[in-house]
Amino acid sequence: MLGRTAQNLFWLSRYVERAENMARLFEVGYRMSLTSRREGATSDHLVSMLRAAEVDEDFAAKHKVADVANVAQFMLFDETNPSSVRSCLLAARTNARSVRTALTSDMWQSLNSAWLEFAAIDPRNITGSRLLELLQWVKTVSYRYRGALLSTFLRDDGYAFSQIGNFVERADNTARILDMKYYVLLPRTDLIGGDVDIQQWTLILRAASAHRSYRHVYHDRYKAWNIADYLILRPEMPRSLLFCVGWINRTLDMLEEIYGGKSAGHAAAAEVTAMLEGNSMDRIFAYGLHEFLTEFIARNNNVTEAMAESYNFY
Amino acid sequence: MPGPSPFNEMRNADGSVREPYMILEQWLKEQPAEALGLMASDAEDIFRRLGITFAVYGSNEGTEKLIPFDIIPRIISAIEWRKLSKGIEQRVRALNAFLHDIYHRQEILKAGRVPEKLILNNSAFCPQMMGLDPARGVYSHIIGVDLVRVGPEDWYVLEDNLRTPSGVSYMLEDREAMLQIAPDLFQRTKVAPVDTYPENLRRTLESVAPPGVNGTPTLAVLTPGIYNSAYFEHSFLADQMGAELCEGQDLFVENGKVYARTTTGPRRIDVIYRRIDDDFLDPLTFRPDSMLGVPGVFDAYRAGNVTLVNAPGTGIADDKAVYTYVPEIIEFYLGEKALLKNVPTYNCTKDDDRKYVLENIHELVVKEVHGSGGYGMLVGPTSTKEQHEIFRQKIIARPDNYIVQPTLALSTCPTFVDSGIAPRHVDLRPYVLVGDQIRITPGGLTRVALKEGSLVVNSSQGGGTKDTWILED
Repeated sequence: MLGRTAQNLFWLSRYVERAENMARLFEVGYRMSLTSRREGATSDHLVSMLRAAEVDEDFAAKHKVADVANVAQFMLFDETNPSSVRSCLLAARTNARSVRTALTSDMWQSLNSAWLEFAAIDPRNITGSRLLELLQWVKTVSYRYRGALLSTFLRDDGYAFSQIGNFVERADNTARILDMKYYVLLPRTDLIGGDVDIQQWTLILRAASAHRSYRHVYHDRYKAWNIADYLILRPEMPRSLLFCVGWINRTLDMLEEIYGGKSAGHAAAAEVTAMLEGNSMDRIFAYGLHEFLTEFIARNNNVTEAMAESYNFY
Repeated sequence: MPGPSPFNEMRNADGSVREPYMILEQWLKEQPAEALGLMASDAEDIFRRLGITFAVYGSNEGTEKLIPFDIIPRIISAIEWRKLSKGIEQRVRALNAFLHDIYHRQEILKAGRVPEKLILNNSAFCPQMMGLDPARGVYSHIIGVDLVRVGPEDWYVLEDNLRTPSGVSYMLEDREAMLQIAPDLFQRTKVAPVDTYPENLRRTLESVAPPGVNGTPTLAVLTPGIYNSAYFEHSFLADQMGAELCEGQDLFVENGKVYARTTTGPRRIDVIYRRIDDDFLDPLTFRPDSMLGVPGVFDAYRAGNVTLVNAPGTGIADDKAVYTYVPEIIEFYLGEKALLKNVPTYNCTKDDDRKYVLENIHELVVKEVHGSGGYGMLVGPTSTKEQHEIFRQKIIARPDNYIVQPTLALSTCPTFVDSGIAPRHVDLRPYVLVGDQIRITPGGLTRVALKEGSLVVNSSQGGGTKDTWILED
């Protein structure tokens, strides 16, 4: 397989996953802003969401006020924001066009239709209930692509590059969602949590589609400790850091089998794994949740660099 | 348009239906009123979803467009096709022999049958190809011959495309779309399959691998990238053949051999089906500013370590000025009379011809010698007086830059347009593969001028395509 093809498959999956995650992040910020009673809270929530997506400075350079309309425009439709849903879907489709021969027609068609549908949307019409509808649609695009991938893609090296891209991106995003509100997850003397905390915990879980499954796993009310545990260390939670890293490792093993050897990608992934396996929330909190997440995001980034180097991305 | 009314491929002058179209006529009669409109919109959905698009350079409406597809097939009988394919085969044989000669001993120039100046001073002549021996002696492996019809037995070759003819993916996808929207029509008659093309293309490419390749040769399709107007076709063909789709940056040359950069390191490439023009192929040999090509690939080719398909320099044989000599060329190399007619062509560098052209430009078609895609051409009868005058001045300024032909009354086929079914002018491009043998796919790309009365069928000028049926006996 051409190094460029591998690279395109890797980034294609990342962009689709990122489009989904941008929709998830925005939804959290948006819902928080809707239910805040405090003066100025709308803007605060949206800004912390922008910060989690690491686009707060770019946003501030373009818009004076962080209100829903501006932030929606920036996160969903702005061509100059490389992480906007528009940019992600376009980048995914452009990557797909470059490697069309490496994709199944179902995968290609899911991306092509998604882009054509998105390009036909008039941003001015996306307000109120249409906004949540659109966010749901973005998630569906990602499900369609992933469904096509899992159902039709040959289990070869191309599949492996796609999966690694997918889970590197998802891990990055879950870490960012947690980091966005890490302070409401910190253990405190006030173990019960006030209404504001409960609301924010709910939204964090919702961003990971985990607000209902949480009950099945913990049989308990929302607790900061559990929520952090759920999104970091639970192997059965499909957006947890441990789950993502597990996929990355298994897929790297698959590549090892296909290519007959380990690569720098394995070493980089081992560095990430070491932060999770055998770790506990006690120790993570003792280390500092924010510090832990920052370190995780950095090591996770190294996986991409190592992949690029080992498999001739260029 | 002046002159007699054009030949209608479906209906005779008395309204009766020609033999090959009888089944279609019956089928059309049975369709309820809205059925054709629904089929047309179904077909458009199919093409859009598949992303079968082309780019129009200089267009503001985004980089991708659909070529309109007409749902009424164009039908050619088995007998008509046999005649055509014989003529086509003769032509591609002679043109490949001509290319071999031009790049070796130049006997045809020495014999004075083709003017030396026309070849050696031609920008399409590629001196770097002199003395080079391509595998099996084949220069142009993939050829599209543009044909027009003016009567039941009257076909003309409009031009030969020996460089990198495009459009074959439309031939294949038009059939696919037709099968999806009107499967019942296929059950009533026997249509020769076209989906043999990708497999035959693969065989052709493998058959011209450099001597000494062990096992199955490794094929690559070299594309300028996703912004090229024919990118869809490049990826489509690579996919259908199971070849690697490469851009210039994916390939490199080391010790005179070509390699692809893969995830596991370099992989040797034996045959490159390149969809990049000669000029951009290799910055070390041709245009030094090319970012699309592969530095050193021409030297690897010269050394016999890789085969380029088509060979560089084939443009000298499809040059519009050389075109007028093709009947001579066929006689010279094969000792046969040309089976397919050339369109009579005026040579503006000759005084008599130029005088006639300038006086009668309103009835003639003027083409730039190096133009393509319907750009830079004048169709006299459908142009204004001002346009006639502009072209008169152009011809006076540079008589060697233009060829001029009578306006042919291109045949028409029934076509589904806004007002219902109406005749529209068509041409035909069959595709020919030359390797260990000559393979002509039964069918081709029918292009149709969708505007009433228009004779310009190019997709860049508002033309559409039709599925083309060759009936089996």
